[in-house]
Amino acid sequence: MFWKNEWKPLVWITGIFLIFFYLPVGMPRFDNAVMEALYLARWYAEEHVLLCLVPAFFIAGAIAVFVSESSVMKYLGPTANKVIAYGVSSVSGSILAVCSCTVLPLFAGIYRMGAGLGPATAFLYSGPAINVLAIILTARVLGLELGIARAVGAILFSIVIGLVMHLIYRKEEIEKANAMMHMPEPEVTRPLWQNVIYFALMVGILVFANWSKPEAVTGVWHIIYSFKWIITAAASLSLALVLLFWFGLSWWKIFLASVPAAVIALLFPQHPMISFTVGVIGLSVITSTAGGENQEWFSQSWGFAKQILPLLLFGVLIAGLLLGRPGHEGIIPSEWVSNAVGGNSIWANLFASVAGAFMYFATLTEVPILQGLIGNGMGNGPALALLLAGPALSLPNMLVIRSVMGTKKTVVYVMLVIVMSTICGMIFGAMF
Amino acid sequence: MKKIQILGTGCAKCNKLQEISEQAAKELGIAYEVEKVKELNKIMDFGVMITPALVVDGEVKVAGKVPSLEEVKKMIQE
Repeated sequence: MFWKNEWKPLVWITGIFLIFFYLPVGMPRFDNAVMEALYLARWYAEEHVLLCLVPAFFIAGAIAVFVSESSVMKYLGPTANKVIAYGVSSVSGSILAVCSCTVLPLFAGIYRMGAGLGPATAFLYSGPAINVLAIILTARVLGLELGIARAVGAILFSIVIGLVMHLIYRKEEIEKANAMMHMPEPEVTRPLWQNVIYFALMVGILVFANWSKPEAVTGVWHIIYSFKWIITAAASLSLALVLLFWFGLSWWKIFLASVPAAVIALLFPQHPMISFTVGVIGLSVITSTAGGENQEWFSQSWGFAKQILPLLLFGVLIAGLLLGRPGHEGIIPSEWVSNAVGGNSIWANLFASVAGAFMYFATLTEVPILQGLIGNGMGNGPALALLLAGPALSLPNMLVIRSVMGTKKTVVYVMLVIVMSTICGMIFGAMF
Repeated sequence: MKKIQILGTGCAKCNKLQEISEQAAKELGIAYEVEKVKELNKIMDFGVMITPALVVDGEVKVAGKVPSLEEVKKMIQE
C-alpha cells in the first residue's frame, strides 16, 4: 500500500501549507507578536546564554561524569534505611538526570528492585522537578523567590507524595524482580572533598558572575555586587589550580587557557564578558582534547548544550509569539491570561496545576512560557503551581509510569501532584 | 550465533550503543542478531536501571554508559 507509508509526510506537508496559506501576516496583532518573539529571543541571548547557561552546562556535564548514579542508588536498594531512602530520593534529582529518559528507568528500578513504591515515587517526582539547570534558570529569569520556592517546594512535595503513596498502598506487596541490580562500579580517582571544592568553585563562578545589581547603593549586597568580577576571577583562578593539581591537566595547557582570559581582563576591565568568553573557550579547548575524564566532562557538557539549546530557542520563540515580553502582548490577549490564572483564587491555582500536569514541557522551556504568562497577569501562586505540576508530569510520561505501576496508582499519583500543587500555589500566592 | 540486546528507552545514547555494537560485530565477522529492548519492565528483568545497557547472550556487559568500539569487541568475544 502506497499511502500506508506516505500518509505522515502528506499530513505534515498539508498542515504546513495550510498554516502558511492562512498566515495572518499584516494583521497588527500578529506582526507585533512576531516582533515580540524576536525581542524575547534577543533578550535571552544577551542576558542568559553566556554568563548563566554556559557555566550551567559545564556544571551539569560535571555532575553527569563525576557523580555516579550507582553511588546514589546504594541508598535506595531493597535493604535501605527508609528515612535515608526518602531523603536521598527527594534531593538526588537535583544532582542526577536532566531528562526524563534517564529518570524513568531509575524509577522503575527503585520500585521493582529497590526501596519500594514510596521512595520510587519521591524520586519520580523530584527528578525532573529540581534538576540544577531548571532551578538556576528559574531563579535567574523569574526571580529568586520563585526559584527557591520551586526547589524547596519540590523537595518537600516529593517526600509527602512518596509517603502518601506508601500509606495508601502499604498492604500491597509487589513481586520484586528477582534480578540482581547491575550497577557500574564507581571508579574512585580522588577524595570526595576535592570533588566538593571543584563543584563549589563552579557554582561560585555561576552565582557571582550573575550577581544582579541591588537597588540600594550601600550594604552587603552592593559591596558584593561591586566586587563581583574580582570574586568571579578569583574563583576561576582557583578552578584552574584545582584542574591542574587534582584533575591532572598539564600545566602548560592550563597556562595557555587562562593567560588570554587574564590578559583581556586586565586590559579591558570594563568588558568582563569578553574575558569570560575567552576563558570559557580556553577551558573548552583544553578539556575537549585532554582525553580521559576531562574530555568526558566536556563531551557531556557539550551534549547538554546540543540537546537543550535548540529546545530552549524554540520555546522562547513560541512563548514570545503567544505571550510577548513582560509588559507587551503577543497573540493571546492579556485578559484571557489574567482571567484564567490571575490573582490567587483556588480556580486559578487548580487550572494552572491541571494545565501544567498534562502539558509537555521540553527541558527548561517552562521558564520562558511562565515568564510570558506572568507578564500577562498570571499570579505568583498559580505560577508556582504550574512549576510544581508541570515539568514532573506530562501525558507521554504518564503512559510510561502506567506501564510500570498500573493504572490505579498512576491516577492516584497524578491526582496527588495536582492537589498538592494547587495548595502550594495558594500558600505561596498568599505570602508573596 | 551471538545474541546482542540493546536495552534503552530510545534516547540518543541507546542508538549510539546499537550502532557501535553492530559495527563491532561486523568487524569481528561473527554471526549475530541484534534486538532492541525498549519496554521498561523487560529492562528491569535484566536488573538494569541505568540505560543504555548492552547484553550479550543474556549477560549484562555494561550499563549506564556507551563504551568504545574496542571495549564492545571484547565484550562480544568473551
